[in-house]
Amino acid sequence: MYVYDDFDTEFLAERNRQFRAQVERRINGSLTEDEFKPLRLMNGLYLQLHAYMLRVAIPYGTLNPHQMRKLAEVADRWDKGYGHFTTRQNIQFNWPKLADVPDIMDSLAEAGIHAIQTSGNTIRNVTSDHFAAAAADEIADPRPVAELIRQWSTDHPEFQFLPRKFKVAVTGSEIDRAVTKAHDIGLRMVRRDGEAGFEVIVGGGLGRTPMIGKVLREFLPVADLLPYLEAIVSTYNLLGRRDNKFKARIKITVHENGIERIRELVEARFIDNRPKFDAEATEAQLARIEAMFQAPDLPAACDLPYQAAYAADPAFRAWADTNLHPHRNPDYAIVTISLKAHGATPGDATSDQMRLIADLAEAYGHSEIRISHEQNVILPHIARADLPALYKALRVQGLAVANVGLISDIIACPGMDYCALATARSIPVAQEIATHFDALKLEHDIGPLKIKISGCINACGHHHVGHIGILGLDRAGVENYQITLGGDGSEDAVLGTRTGPGFAYDQIVPAIERIIRAYLAQRLSPAETFLAAYKRLGLAPFKAALYDQEGADAA
Amino acid sequence: MSRESFPQIVTANALIEGDVVYLTEAHGWTRELSEALVLTNPTDAELALAEGDAQVAQVVGCYLANVRLTASGPQPVHFREDFRRRGPSNYAHGKQAEGSAHTPADTPADTPTAAKAISAA
Repeated sequence: MYVYDDFDTEFLAERNRQFRAQVERRINGSLTEDEFKPLRLMNGLYLQLHAYMLRVAIPYGTLNPHQMRKLAEVADRWDKGYGHFTTRQNIQFNWPKLADVPDIMDSLAEAGIHAIQTSGNTIRNVTSDHFAAAAADEIADPRPVAELIRQWSTDHPEFQFLPRKFKVAVTGSEIDRAVTKAHDIGLRMVRRDGEAGFEVIVGGGLGRTPMIGKVLREFLPVADLLPYLEAIVSTYNLLGRRDNKFKARIKITVHENGIERIRELVEARFIDNRPKFDAEATEAQLARIEAMFQAPDLPAACDLPYQAAYAADPAFRAWADTNLHPHRNPDYAIVTISLKAHGATPGDATSDQMRLIADLAEAYGHSEIRISHEQNVILPHIARADLPALYKALRVQGLAVANVGLISDIIACPGMDYCALATARSIPVAQEIATHFDALKLEHDIGPLKIKISGCINACGHHHVGHIGILGLDRAGVENYQITLGGDGSEDAVLGTRTGPGFAYDQIVPAIERIIRAYLAQRLSPAETFLAAYKRLGLAPFKAALYDQEGADAA
Repeated sequence: MSRESFPQIVTANALIEGDVVYLTEAHGWTRELSEALVLTNPTDAELALAEGDAQVAQVVGCYLANVRLTASGPQPVHFREDFRRRGPSNYAHGKQAEGSAHTPADTPADTPTAAKAISAA
């Protein structure tokens, strides 16, 4: 993975010195909150319902064991012994005290971690495919390019005060595991006549006005990436609306001006920009970064221990069936460690769990750890022969839950249990869905299903692209939950359709059960997934199950 | 449409700790809703809000929140304020862990049972 050079280390140290001085000036009264707020947000520090919250970046979802242990140390020393992994490959600490945050920043810097641009109207943490460099379906590792974009966007003087926040995602595979079509810019790696490049998607986003991104450029050579990105962001910086916060994202700029007009402006700006970039220096830097992302040597490994455990142990078999993904090397597997134990908070890991993951990554996983936007942890390079031992070790900390991709593998934002913007809770809804279907022993029968829950219209829980999406709202002072069906965050991205009126807090789990029972009754076979059945059947049978049944109950 | 008018309290977050505080009659801040200054008159409420806003060295983000007066003191009208005076529903953290909320602090709150218990409270 990327290793900081002297420039990076000094840049981060200087930034942390600046922030320490800003915090001191806020505490001694030299800065008002209005003056301080944009400064703390640039450094990932929010003030939430019960406390400050520090959002730390995990660039493109990659961590080494040393960094994971550092996160555990921060959780123990300055927080409450846990962290919350988010839907954009960040980790959030929910309980830091303002006066401690400069020390936290310095401590994180010891492991090459920071919180720069994890908030504010800037280019945010660049996200990527959590299976990068391991998936069998990949064209190339997207992370070197993501790192290049991180370096270009960090402290970019022109882009510190954009009309709104700006999110970039990169994938190196045809299969989109990075939700690129729901980002301000999505980059999808493609090859044309042997040359590597990107399909550039722009103007996607969820939130108040959800939009699927549109293709701005079908093929962009890698060498043109930075001048082209700069052309997009500077076009948006000038054209994007600053009069209305709800219309300030680039998705609205694209929608209001049309993709053709945006393309014209971006291409003109790009031609202007290109000579200003030193293409050779960029190429050299990218080559230097790529050298740091060399895939580990993966010696051939006999998988007999795996076969034996698979045959003998039904619990291991269930875990292997759900939590493993094919590796490009057939002797290896990509392991997803579920942070969705039934009844637990989606995405939370205790410091003990973090340390165990770090140890196991060292013992079995070539010291590589990934965090997915689906709020799970991935060990990308595990020899199949080591899987039984890994599974056994994970069980000790409750990390061997066999539910990846199933109904209890729910994305949920922090909701009104933590977030100052939330209009309803998300976490308890996720907890209850997970425990309810676990008690019914239906989870594995239901099969692949993505439920995503947001506690407000800003959609951090990606509910619009959930196969079942749940949106928590405040309806006249009472929590109320709207359901959308048929959303999809993959390369076939589509927004879900609202079923109708929402449900009260104590009615949302029964409502989800009615949808599931309708699916089980009407699917052609267990091989027909919920999403496939929805595409075949449409909304009508689910709507009937949701509302006709409710009427019958009330009668 | 007429809206029911409620007594109000001034609430904010503490500058250093970030936790929820309420303005008191003695012009200071308390972590206990039961000790908050209750304002029944809109003019007094605006004045108290201005007083809270001026205390930039102690607090952040002052605003007025509606309460209901009960025998056991002021109670939040909106569920958001109920969470603020108690803490999150997934763990017994925040005020509920400090013994200043109305939910038992020893509830193992990272279980759905606890989540249910709290939501029903």
